Amino acid sequence: MNFPLAPRGADLKIVVTVKQVPDPNAPQGLDADNTIARDREVVLDPGDEYGIEEGLLLREASGGEVVLVTMGPEKARDAIRKGLSMGADRGILITDEGLAGSDALATTRALAAAIRPEAPDLVICGTESYDGSTGMVPPMLAELLDMPQLTFAKHVEVSGDKVTIHRQTDDGYQVVEAASPCLITVTAGIAEPRYASLKGIMAARSKEVRQMAFADLGIEAGEPAEKVVGIADAETRQSGEIVEDNGTSGVERIIQALQAAKVL
Amino acid sequence: MKIWVYAELSQGALHGVTLEILTRARDLGDAEAIALGPGAKAAVAALGRHGARRVHVNEGQDYADYIAEPATETMAALVEKGAPDAILFAFSADSREVAGRLAARLGVGLISNAIDLEAGGDGLTVRVPYFGGAKVATYQANSKPAIVLVRPKSFEAGESGGEAEVLEVAAAAGGKRARIVERKVEAGDKIKLEDARVVVSGGRGLGGPDNFPLVEQLAEALGGAAGASRAIVDAGWVPYAMQVGQTGKTVRPGVYIAAGISGAMQHTVGMKSAKVIIAINKDADAPILKLADLGVVGDALKILPKLTEAVKARKGR
Repeated sequence: MNFPLAPRGADLKIVVTVKQVPDPNAPQGLDADNTIARDREVVLDPGDEYGIEEGLLLREASGGEVVLVTMGPEKARDAIRKGLSMGADRGILITDEGLAGSDALATTRALAAAIRPEAPDLVICGTESYDGSTGMVPPMLAELLDMPQLTFAKHVEVSGDKVTIHRQTDDGYQVVEAASPCLITVTAGIAEPRYASLKGIMAARSKEVRQMAFADLGIEAGEPAEKVVGIADAETRQSGEIVEDNGTSGVERIIQALQAAKVL
Repeated sequence: MKIWVYAELSQGALHGVTLEILTRARDLGDAEAIALGPGAKAAVAALGRHGARRVHVNEGQDYADYIAEPATETMAALVEKGAPDAILFAFSADSREVAGRLAARLGVGLISNAIDLEAGGDGLTVRVPYFGGAKVATYQANSKPAIVLVRPKSFEAGESGGEAEVLEVAAAAGGKRARIVERKVEAGDKIKLEDARVVVSGGRGLGGPDNFPLVEQLAEALGGAAGASRAIVDAGWVPYAMQVGQTGKTVRPGVYIAAGISGAMQHTVGMKSAKVIIAINKDADAPILKLADLGVVGDALKILPKLTEAVKARKGR
């Protein structure tokens, strides 16, 4: 549900950050050195599809442009193509040999360097990526771009330079507003991501994807915030009793377990 | 080691996770807390009892009304003067926004999702689960200050009986940009997921959002809270606030009932410390059954309503 209020003609420049991640629906694997296997099927982060969709809706209401920015290997171009086939206008791919060891700050610096010259009205990010799932890039990016952050948005309205969101909280939501330019993180479910049409897929082929290296952005690979000094298996739980439900046995056995645990 | 803990205040109340982190921090070095916003002064006594020697406070309303930026400004000013070795934040929605901005402003990296911390000769080492919690990496922090986000429920809060010195800090002058103009409560006075003694969670196996009330009804009958897997949160069945897992909530209830949840590692990392885990799943090979104390192979849609009736019948007696 979305009711963008900006009058037509108030062109919005919208940057959406995207990421290519291992397919969350495929089984995970670890390489011999205990890093997450990279040879798997990769996809546009499903969380980013919501950001792209929201960007497209806002553009459709106000006019303007949706620019996708990602950092990753050459192959991450596919993630941008997917977004372009949904309807985004162009993309920027930051790829560099130095990005292999990038932590959140280094990633954010690169993104900020690529986004700054675009001078966007809005930067839209997913709440957190599927693979890293730490959600640290958006607040860092807002800080480096000197923008206020409107986070956990499940609803966005833009009216002139005023941006209002509904910020999901534990017990409801907050109405939060800021002036643009600002950074928004969107939650899953803010809008149903559209499927790329055949026409969209064809059109995406001729859309611009600019590739940039760290040197083009005037940045250097940084020292990560931490170094790995050990890897261990986490403690695992012993598996317990397995009961096949025959229509009543499941319920009976669960009731007994609840009584044993003294919650009943 | 000079170690600071950022106190999470929400609508005037101190969040329990701060006391958990402080309980660990006091063993790592000289612990101080920073409490910003309404309720800061009221929080001092509890912070002191849990090991903070000093608490930096400011009661300003701006900290509660504007997202992240006033707190970031004050923290940055304090860091410049106080030069802590480490700053610990809760890995929670509100705190991570301040931690992220602060790290970027100071130009230092951060370590998120920590489950344990040690202070050694080489500084702070931090344990972080990855690969959905199957592996644990040990990191050594490279930066000063080290900024670490600690998962809720990683430590048990315990008092050490101290009293904290109160230091008033100057209010932030800037950062008044993202303003919270209204707060809407939808959930009413439901039991909080993190505090519930019993959590009943649902996943894809429920078939569709219309069946989620079966989970909520059982949770209510047991006096507990309802949770969800990421899959159904992303599918839009239930709000993000109900998500249990790597992202979302970490819960440690007395009993955790997983209904129609396959047990992806993203989910189990958030609930595997429950005392008793009961899983209901049609698929006998579902990974969740391997870590459950009691695994029932069956249809959650049939079992849940009967279970709710049986619980109600017993509670009624």
